[in-house]
Amino acid sequence: MEKNEYLDLYQEMVIIRRVEERSAELYQQGKIGGFLHLYIGQEAVCAGIASVRTPEDRIITAYRDHGWAISSGIDPKIVMAELLGKVDGCSKGKGGSMHMADTEKNFWGGHAIVGAHIPIAAGLALGDVYQGYEDAITICMFGDGATNIGFFHEGLNLSKVWNLPVLWVCENNQYGMGTSVERASAVSEIRQKAEGYGMRNERIDGMDIMQVREDVSRVMETMRKEGGPYLLEIMTYRYRGHSMGDPERYREKEEVKKWQDEDPIGIFRKYLLKEEIATEAELDNQDDEAEKIVEEAVAFAEASPDPEDEALFEHIYTEPRPIEYRGYELAHESEGE
Amino acid sequence: MSRMTMREAISKALWEEMERDESVFIQGEEVGLWGGTYAVTKGFLDHFGEKRVRDTPIAEAAIVGSAIGAALTGLRPVAELMTINFAFVAMDHIINEAAKLHYMFGGQFKLPLVIRATSGGGRQLGATHSQTPDAIFAHFPGLVVVSPGTPADAKGLLKSAIRSDDPVLFIENATLYQTRGEVPDDKDYLEPLGKSKIQREGDDVTIVAYSKMVQSALEAAKMLSEDGIEAEVIDLRTLRPLDMDPVIESFKRTNRAVVVEEGWRSYGVGSEVASRIYELAFDYVDAPVKRVAQAEVPLPYNAKLEQLALPQTEDIYHAAKEVLYG
Repeated sequence: MEKNEYLDLYQEMVIIRRVEERSAELYQQGKIGGFLHLYIGQEAVCAGIASVRTPEDRIITAYRDHGWAISSGIDPKIVMAELLGKVDGCSKGKGGSMHMADTEKNFWGGHAIVGAHIPIAAGLALGDVYQGYEDAITICMFGDGATNIGFFHEGLNLSKVWNLPVLWVCENNQYGMGTSVERASAVSEIRQKAEGYGMRNERIDGMDIMQVREDVSRVMETMRKEGGPYLLEIMTYRYRGHSMGDPERYREKEEVKKWQDEDPIGIFRKYLLKEEIATEAELDNQDDEAEKIVEEAVAFAEASPDPEDEALFEHIYTEPRPIEYRGYELAHESEGE
Repeated sequence: MSRMTMREAISKALWEEMERDESVFIQGEEVGLWGGTYAVTKGFLDHFGEKRVRDTPIAEAAIVGSAIGAALTGLRPVAELMTINFAFVAMDHIINEAAKLHYMFGGQFKLPLVIRATSGGGRQLGATHSQTPDAIFAHFPGLVVVSPGTPADAKGLLKSAIRSDDPVLFIENATLYQTRGEVPDDKDYLEPLGKSKIQREGDDVTIVAYSKMVQSALEAAKMLSEDGIEAEVIDLRTLRPLDMDPVIESFKRTNRAVVVEEGWRSYGVGSEVASRIYELAFDYVDAPVKRVAQAEVPLPYNAKLEQLALPQTEDIYHAAKEVLYG
């Protein structure tokens, strides 16, 4: 990596952190509605993995998706606009926090039903194999909680039976909502579940971005050589509650503190200084830049308009089909594309 | 035109579309080696190969979920569910994913996906395998729900469904597979999705039906004709989006209607159609719309009891007489 790439990666992690912090504020001000799940503490995972994928590699994740959206290449302005439900959002304001995507960036969402995107990910990989895109890998993230639902098992099994190139990534942040892994999963080492499907697997550290990059690159290289699926359990930690409505009665402050001391941004910063890749001043400058980018993103999102009323009827179908509006008869037609 | 069974018509539609477009493939339980649990895909594996005729595990969420993923990459999967009763196992993927993805991501995602499933009772399969829950699926915007009543429509509608960029649930009544009819040979014979069709003309009473009940309605119309009553039979063909135009046009002539479905009556297709008749043609109503449907019981295994629960041709005949003479 060149120096500017290190600096960009560092800045990306800081941007994700700031976007989440600003989102929490905007949520408390009532400007973001619905559910809001913050990614704070897990930045090394999305930034690390996305930085070693090729543009042909697809990314698909669950509802804790803001970090993944940004690391996949969506402008923070567009992410922020989606959070505020505005027309300039990546899903035109119709998806919200949990449903972000940009197919041009090969980022396939943002899926909010726990585990439901896992069989879909197998299908994305099937599409690549079918069409002869032999080097493409589908990278599918899910939480530790999702490994207890049937979709996970159906998806993993199918990927092995059909030898599909899916990198299954369990972001183990150690809690499924408020229930710890030990209380919800028959095995606390999630990677063991891959054994039941005869699938290669390992557990790696997700707090050190350089380690994430190294491990994931190695695994993807193996996959491109040998084909088939692979499961990675990446150990990480979310500092904030499951969502904004989480009272956090299930864990002690000390536990959160312990993980914060091993903060992924702090770890990367120390690394960059120790290896003399960047100076304190340069990194401070990146922090300031990130701050500015996020403030601009918030300003952009706030200025972006709500979708037009007509948007209600757009994109229900791809072709014009009659759509009804509340009690009125056939007032509208789905406009199709 | 060729005379063929519904099974042959569906098989032909699949075969022709797979020949026409390399991106069309089928997957499901026993579609390959076995040749399809209802023999619809017999011979497909030998001709098209394992890549395009994919046997899956018995795992409906994986069947539908992976078909959705493949559709997102631009392929045109036809996912087969052995019966619609198993769709409940894949309900999340049908309703929360297939019906929503295009809308929820602002039009970015396209799902040229067909899910085929058999529906209906009458084969002594017991309560869990005999349901006609079609109306449930028609409740959700974003899905297209199709269920043909004749071999010709089965071919033309399935081909349209495969060529459509929208997710289509294509419901086949298993007891219709042996029903014969004239089917156009044209490889580009398409019937439009979302259009009802008059299957028999008449001016005395309007009978609205779909799928197997179209055949029963036609039989009832024959019986009525012997009594000097000419029934118009309208086949909905697509449950969502629902095309009421031919129904209303007919009702304005006949002023009387019977709506028939094989499934349960409460919250069903008949409820929907009847209420729309009242909304759209209230001034033309000469008698309350009658709904013929299945007895509201889980279908029993015993053949006599099962037939007692299912709507019969005689029910349609009597219902028509009631709306005509009270």
